[in-house]
Amino acid sequence: MGCFSAVRGASMLATKGCVLSDNTDTPQEIEQLPLDAWHRRKGARMVPFAGYEMPIQYSAESGGGIVAEHEWTRSQAGLFDVSHMGQLMLTGENVAAELEKLLPGAITTLKPGKVRYSLLIDEDGGILDDLMVTNATPWIEADEEAGTEGHWGDPAYYLVVNGAMKWDDIAHLREHLPDEVTLTHMDEHALVALQGPNAATALNRVMRNTIEDMIFMESVVHDFGEWPLRITRAGYTGEDGFEISVPAEFAESLCDRLCAEIEVRPCGLGARDSLRLEAGLPLYGHDITTETDPVSADLGFALTKRRREDGGWMGHEKVMDVFNSGPARKRVGLTFEGRLPAREGAKVFDGDTEIGRITSGGFSPSLGHPIAMGYLEKSHIEPGTEVEVEVRNKRLPAKVTTMPFVPHRYHRGK
Amino acid sequence: MARYFTEEHEWIDLEGDTATVGITDYAQGQLGDIVFVELPESGTMLEKGKDAAVVESVKAASDVYAPISGEVTEANAALEDDPALVNTSPEEDGWFFRMTVSDKSQLEGLMDDKAYKSFCDEL
Repeated sequence: MGCFSAVRGASMLATKGCVLSDNTDTPQEIEQLPLDAWHRRKGARMVPFAGYEMPIQYSAESGGGIVAEHEWTRSQAGLFDVSHMGQLMLTGENVAAELEKLLPGAITTLKPGKVRYSLLIDEDGGILDDLMVTNATPWIEADEEAGTEGHWGDPAYYLVVNGAMKWDDIAHLREHLPDEVTLTHMDEHALVALQGPNAATALNRVMRNTIEDMIFMESVVHDFGEWPLRITRAGYTGEDGFEISVPAEFAESLCDRLCAEIEVRPCGLGARDSLRLEAGLPLYGHDITTETDPVSADLGFALTKRRREDGGWMGHEKVMDVFNSGPARKRVGLTFEGRLPAREGAKVFDGDTEIGRITSGGFSPSLGHPIAMGYLEKSHIEPGTEVEVEVRNKRLPAKVTTMPFVPHRYHRGK
Repeated sequence: MARYFTEEHEWIDLEGDTATVGITDYAQGQLGDIVFVELPESGTMLEKGKDAAVVESVKAASDVYAPISGEVTEANAALEDDPALVNTSPEEDGWFFRMTVSDKSQLEGLMDDKAYKSFCDEL
């Protein structure tokens, strides 16, 4: 059987890397993350991803497997290790205004404790990376002895960037941000994501209800005993959930504590990928690259109106050309009947004419049929448009659809 | 009936001149949840070492090569409706296809049950 020797695209097998591995990555030493031993004790199958050994899935004996972990996250709460991602802290007087020169989102108006999805854009309007920006400016409590009132401290912005891109991002930021801005790579921190409809219940129980007031895209610093945590209500699954940044030395204890809750099980990168695909969320290096711009990628919501109009960010002119004239191709969702998945690279046709390419695709465990996302010619992006996708010389009928494939269930408050 | 195993994690049951081919329990465990199996049609001539079938798991597609040469006489239709049979019953109900055996000497050098088990233990 060829899965051990010759694999189409990529393989699930530990010996061969995995389909999630980033093709923009350069060969390097495979390193271990703070939770490595913890995963192995939980029966994880470890694969190289973004330069690290990462759990793709846990053993079937402990309730693991991609589909089982996927379904657990959709119904309970999955705990994902995403410590490969880059956690950066930017500080300095004008850091928000300086950051706005490199991305199209409104950062100067982002209030402390709030989070925004944004993009690093290159000079040609291509996407260098997608990221989360949190205004992490600390609140300084009143000090009666010193006679000071409560006030906001020095501006600080917490960035979470893709693991495979973090070294390039750091170089890009260092090159373009002035010396007054200090960039700290928080590489002594692990990052875990607790995702699912019961994530809040479980986390509130563990944290003694201290995070129950948070809504989607909010972030707090929370000292849990001696563990200084940053808890952000966000994620990459389409479910309600949290990302928790924790000093590496406390990461195992935190994961043990979370997994002691009946709702929580560890889940791997395999389920993370099928969950984000169902949620319609792009994966950098596949669905978005330097060859794609934010408008074609259907990420227009990341282009704040004021920033579109006023400009002043790298790539603004190029992106606005596409914004104003409309993209030639656009990222859309495709659904399939049957069971045969169309994967990254598959060509999309209308009759004999090639009209696009799949950028990621797979079998949707929640829907029970294959789904995909890809870029199609603007003539074929209306939902309901019927197209054909070529898989091993077969034509699979597919239909253009709006995303997400599975509705988001974020906790947006009242 | 004799059962043979390949280093590519296929099993072959030989009954007279007909062989039944599938993938092993070890292989299905490595592949994970299987969502689709593309099988050769009856009458397809298979050549040892060349493409015979494709297994699609949630994450990836993997080729299955013909362990021996011969003509496909039957594909397992049950896998069309229930590809997860490969996960739940890889070495019985989840068989892939039946084929004639062109050259029995190709079976020489394949592993028996015991040899395959120790082969897997060393992986």
